[in-house]
Amino acid sequence: MVLVKIKLQEAGVAGQSGSPSRGRTRSGVDSQPEPSLVRKFLLSRGSSAFADRTFRGLMLLCAFSIFGIVALIATELVLRSQMSINKFGMAFFFRQIWDPVSGDFGALPFIYGTLASSFLALLIAVPLAIGLAIFLTEMCPRFLRSPLAFITELLAAIPSVVYGLWAIFVLVPILREHVNPVLAKTLGWTGLFSGPNFGIGMLAAGVILAIMILPIISSLTREVMTSVPHTQREAVLALGATRWEMIRMGVLRNARIGIVGSIILGLGRALGETMAVTMVIGNRPEIAKSLFAPGYSMAAVIASEFTEASDDLYLSALMEIGLALFIVTIVVNALARLLVWAVTRGTPARIN
Amino acid sequence: MGVGIQVTDLNAWYGANHALLGINMNIPANHVTALIGPSGCGKSTFVRCLNRMHETNATARVSGEVRIGDVDIYAEASPVEIRRRVGMVFQRPNPFPTMSIYDNVASGLRLNGFRNKGVLDEVVERSLQSSALWDEVKDDLHKKSGASLSGGQQQRLCIARALAVDPEVLLMDEPASALDPVSTAKIEDLIFQLKSQYTIVIVTHNMQQAARVAETTGFFLMGKLVEFDSTHKIFTNPTDKRTEDYITGRFG
Repeated sequence: MVLVKIKLQEAGVAGQSGSPSRGRTRSGVDSQPEPSLVRKFLLSRGSSAFADRTFRGLMLLCAFSIFGIVALIATELVLRSQMSINKFGMAFFFRQIWDPVSGDFGALPFIYGTLASSFLALLIAVPLAIGLAIFLTEMCPRFLRSPLAFITELLAAIPSVVYGLWAIFVLVPILREHVNPVLAKTLGWTGLFSGPNFGIGMLAAGVILAIMILPIISSLTREVMTSVPHTQREAVLALGATRWEMIRMGVLRNARIGIVGSIILGLGRALGETMAVTMVIGNRPEIAKSLFAPGYSMAAVIASEFTEASDDLYLSALMEIGLALFIVTIVVNALARLLVWAVTRGTPARIN
Repeated sequence: MGVGIQVTDLNAWYGANHALLGINMNIPANHVTALIGPSGCGKSTFVRCLNRMHETNATARVSGEVRIGDVDIYAEASPVEIRRRVGMVFQRPNPFPTMSIYDNVASGLRLNGFRNKGVLDEVVERSLQSSALWDEVKDDLHKKSGASLSGGQQQRLCIARALAVDPEVLLMDEPASALDPVSTAKIEDLIFQLKSQYTIVIVTHNMQQAARVAETTGFFLMGKLVEFDSTHKIFTNPTDKRTEDYITGRFG
């Protein structure tokens, strides 16, 4: 910056003192016209290489800070959970015991709880979100479109503790009195919907998570679907397609990578969601087949037991749960990305 | 085999904009009919009324009668039914980018539930041969995606896709306007080959193109059909002064 300023001043000075005489000689002898004010100003700007280099450096710093943050989190988690790692080894991740009193810990019920509630949420939310996105982009009358889109995005802005409260006072009673009995009667034979019906439990956690990730998946899906060119829709329609066939072949097929991406983002939120899940999942470290039974998730156990972790081993075990959550999130994301790659390999999703 | 099209008093609107005013036209079967005229004169709107694509626009309205063969397409058929009989090729090539070349051509039949693999193979080969693309793509039918082809190849792929469902009428909305001269020549040759089997209606900005490929030509101006006659007559001895001005390049 300073450099540029000085150059500007030099140019100004030179212009003032030198221009009358030079102007005369130019027009008389060389017949070369005086350079215009704009040209002189631009010439005085120099190569701007310094500014470009600074910008590049700054952006690189921003990008690499991500690596720094991830590395810091990982090392901190590993260091703090050292005591638990030393005591239980790899078995920690596969043990079902969680007994703070006798100092015996294992992460399996929590890993199961996180994965089960998240996939249950995806199972409910994905069809709903895609249906909503299809309605909004392809069928919705104009006057309904922005209010619906606005409300969907509003859902994403509600704090999770509010979702938790709503779940306790509204969702859980509804599940207990209306939904669960029906499920038990019709699908009880599968073993997934049996046993005592408290309302609170894995199913409630899955449903509340589904409601929470619905707006993310739906609004991103809508975004991708809107960006599919109109010519693709016309191409399918001209072949004699019904509206659903047009959406399937002309829109969803072209948007599938983006849709999977939005589902991955939703899954990411579901895996890490803490407050609302803690409030309704039941907080019991057990693996039960029935979705009515209470469970526990990794984020929930950290949040609700961190303050009462009295001894170092307990604290260390909770830290290792955090490490497990970190690893599970990375593995699930990697798997999802692998899936996208495998599905779309060889067929580039380029749309002219 | 193609069928003829009778258009009687066709009007079309986009919202309040009256885009077509009382069009009457008798399009002969198994011929090429070209529609010419300056931009915004309604010729594209007109062909889009022939397969009921016009109404996919939310504000669009239409009145009048269009008979394809002996069916009144607005009174006696659903849009889906009509579009199965009337193929369309658009201005910009729009192959399905996530599908292979084979799947692109087969898409129309598969869409309608056709599953016989042997017949599909045959139809795909025949369609690609008719659109003069077979020799260029026969080795990577399943390997390459529709979007990996060049612009001219993509447009011929779109023609093959339209031909695969064996339409009675083929509508082409400026099919060569986004292509280079070599690809354009190929498309024109193709139209020439196809006209014995299909009724072809082609919209074009290019008057030489109309003169080269079409037996019959219609001149549109500001939503009206000014003149509709044999191509020879239109280009050598037009009845209307405005047609003469347009084809001699005095406007448009």
